[in-house]
Amino acid sequence: MAPSHKNRPRGFSRKAQYGLFATYVLTIAGAIFAGLLLIISVIDPTGFSALRIIGTEITAPIARLFDSLRRSANDLGGNTSAYLDAASKNRALEKQVKKNRIRLIEATAIKLENKRLRGLLKLKHEETGHIAIGRLISSSAASSRRLATLSIGANFGIRSGQPVRGPDGLIGRVIETGPTTARVLLITDANSPVPVMRAKDGTPASGEGLSNGLVIIRPVNLGLNPFKIGDIIVTSGNGGLFRPNIPYAIVLRKTADGAIARPLATPATSPYAMVLPIYEEYALATQAQPADQPIANEPIP
Amino acid sequence: MKVSIAPRRRASAGYRSRLNREQSRLSMLAIPIISVLLGSMVTTLPIITTQAILPPLGLMIFLSWRLLRPGFWPMWSGLPLGLFDDIFSGSPFGSAALIWSLMMIALELIDSRAVWRDYLQDWLVAAIIIALSIVGGWFFLGLSGAKPHLETLAPQIILSIFCYPLIVRLVSRLDSWRLAT
Repeated sequence: MAPSHKNRPRGFSRKAQYGLFATYVLTIAGAIFAGLLLIISVIDPTGFSALRIIGTEITAPIARLFDSLRRSANDLGGNTSAYLDAASKNRALEKQVKKNRIRLIEATAIKLENKRLRGLLKLKHEETGHIAIGRLISSSAASSRRLATLSIGANFGIRSGQPVRGPDGLIGRVIETGPTTARVLLITDANSPVPVMRAKDGTPASGEGLSNGLVIIRPVNLGLNPFKIGDIIVTSGNGGLFRPNIPYAIVLRKTADGAIARPLATPATSPYAMVLPIYEEYALATQAQPADQPIANEPIP
Repeated sequence: MKVSIAPRRRASAGYRSRLNREQSRLSMLAIPIISVLLGSMVTTLPIITTQAILPPLGLMIFLSWRLLRPGFWPMWSGLPLGLFDDIFSGSPFGSAALIWSLMMIALELIDSRAVWRDYLQDWLVAAIIIALSIVGGWFFLGLSGAKPHLETLAPQIILSIFCYPLIVRLVSRLDSWRLAT
């Protein structure tokens, strides 16, 4: 294509060449400025949160407006890969049967586990209810950082650090709050560790996102890998941020030192997102850390 | 015998406003800028994905304009548009501004060497730049904590590269609209 280039002069005009040189200098200075901003935001991740919050707040009405379209948009976008995978109907049906069976097992396991643990611990922390119920209205769909925007914010008493769950299981935790929106770091983010355990026997482990929609489960007791395909992983309550027994993930396959699991909650289809209080108040002390930093909540074996 | 030419004049009068007119300066400038800004803001739509799969539309629209109309954007324009993209992308603030600035410098250097390029060569240039900027964004993300495995970027990169022809067609439509108004 013909370059109709008005910014790049040809020939020997001294003035034009100086002009080009000045543009280069300006652009490189701009790049250095951007690099400095990047360094600042790496050192202090909350530094530019005000800007991001303003951006989210301004665009939230659009997201809310289109929220009714979300299901269909999600069917088109999020599940395309699933449709491509399950080209034959047969496979899709098989998948559904499997999912139903797992859900059923999960429900029984959680029920039993709840009963047993409550008995064992003489549960001093009762299910304390929730702070507010909102919806996830958008996500950072083009970035490897897995964030979602919640439709409610400080106006409903939401603060940084609070866990968020859907009807199926844990979704993530709040890392930034604006007046009417909040940003949620999803459990599938690589920077989002969650202390977990196997629902069946309480084998302690640590879960971490892989940023591809799956999570990796690493047992705390290294050397043995007790996980089996289909194991249900729930939060253990260690670290004091997430309350115990929130469904977390289901094991898909074993790896050398742990297991790859699929989160039980699907933020895309979840009809609501429930913001829970921080499980133990001492966790608040760690909230003084920058929001993007992982909270020290490795489970104690 | 006199032939009246009045009716003919009246017929042409309807076109007079559209012939030999001045193009609107505002839309010449505003359409490309607004299209890039809207591309950056696509992540605020209620599209919820568990992994990064959506092509970086702000970057791709910007890149398409740049390849379609070399010389339209001043070289420094990567900085302000990148900063705007950073507000919505979720990546550390400043990463898109840096990547877009570097992209403009790289394209300027490519333009000064490979002057005459066909569509496929433009696509190749775009593919390399898109892949490098997604990997670059991933790298800057890793500076502030754990980063995901590199291979999780593959679906997004492939999808973005194959979306380029679509975006460039969209942009060329916008371009003809821009020049027609």
